[in-house]
Amino acid sequence: MNTENGLPQFAICILEEQTQLTLADLCRACAVHAERIIELVDVGVLEPLGREPARWRFGGASLHRARMALRLQRDLDIDLAGAALALELLDEIESLRSRLRALGGEY
Amino acid sequence: MEFKDYYKIIGVARDATQDEIKRSYRKLARKYHPDVSKEADAEARFKELGEAYEVLKDAEKRVAYDQLGANWKGGEEFRPPPDWNAGFEFSGGDGADYSDFFASLFGKDFRAGGAGRASFRAKGEDHHAKVLIDLEDTYQGATRTITLRVPGVDAQGHGVTRERVLNVTIPKGIREGQHIRLGGQGSAGMGEGTAGDLYLQVEFRAHPLYRVDGRDLYLDLPVAPWEAALGATVKVPTLGGIVELKIPEGSGSGRKLRLKGRGIPGDPPGDCYVILAIALPPADTEAAKDFYRKMAQELDFNPRAKMGV
Repeated sequence: MNTENGLPQFAICILEEQTQLTLADLCRACAVHAERIIELVDVGVLEPLGREPARWRFGGASLHRARMALRLQRDLDIDLAGAALALELLDEIESLRSRLRALGGEY
Repeated sequence: MEFKDYYKIIGVARDATQDEIKRSYRKLARKYHPDVSKEADAEARFKELGEAYEVLKDAEKRVAYDQLGANWKGGEEFRPPPDWNAGFEFSGGDGADYSDFFASLFGKDFRAGGAGRASFRAKGEDHHAKVLIDLEDTYQGATRTITLRVPGVDAQGHGVTRERVLNVTIPKGIREGQHIRLGGQGSAGMGEGTAGDLYLQVEFRAHPLYRVDGRDLYLDLPVAPWEAALGATVKVPTLGGIVELKIPEGSGSGRKLRLKGRGIPGDPPGDCYVILAIALPPADTEAAKDFYRKMAQELDFNPRAKMGV
């Protein structure tokens, strides 16, 4: 597929709006074994729909969260529960920053 | 190449103990981790920190580094001494992207660390990058040409940075922090393996009029005192064009009015909040001054009444 300026153009989607990622998709995208993703579900970083791992379906935002938790764990030498806490606090900071920006403040 | 002062980077003295090095490294790693830090150069700092720690945490590498002497300054032009490396053999490493300084001291093989686990069929690596777009792009949807700098290897095996230009369709309604996924646009796979994907994290360029919170927009709207006091219908710029807004009689500064569905498109679309800011007409002519004097005489108004003064 090529456009007027000769550059290829790609089929794209908004990751966060996909809701059908499987355990295998997530493992591949994060380049880790399934056990690591299961641990992330156990500590509550990821909340898939479906009962058992084979039927799990993850929302698109899970990919970014999983990668971030794994990076924090690896780089800062903390356990996954610690990474989960960091993620929750970062989420909260981000939403406060966003509110502050909306009110016209600097952060 | 530039000399790197690993002790300075980690923030310890040259005679620091291994425990001191570890503590200082961990503290700085938390501070500059790119997922945590908002500082612009966090990624570069974190990388530099990792490289410094890689050397100083390892007794052999630290001894070797110390042999360069204590007189070097960070950033100084550096060539390794001719007999460098004699008697040292380094191994290990996790294939991170080290500086030329590091590679010249501890060998290029370090860069390739972790190789050898490639099988014949492996999916290519996913790539991640950020893309800065205008608020208007998410309102209408748009095609943007973006340039990515991707690391590669030239014919001589040196690490180089290549530029890659892509046309990317910005989907209508995308929000700040969301990711656009371009299937198959990451690294090529090995053997029969499919290519990796490219993920672009979306950020908005600061807009001169609107502030953004999720799908909602916020706009400060200046109004004249009589518009706020008496009520009026005024024109308001929105992403979708100019609309008319009815200002209720007796509005004060800071009053928030909602233009439903005039934010970032979606299901449901965001809203545009208009925040009134009363603008005072300047008293720069005698007539205007007389007008203010007349208000002072005729209106029984104490703006500080609630303060009891």
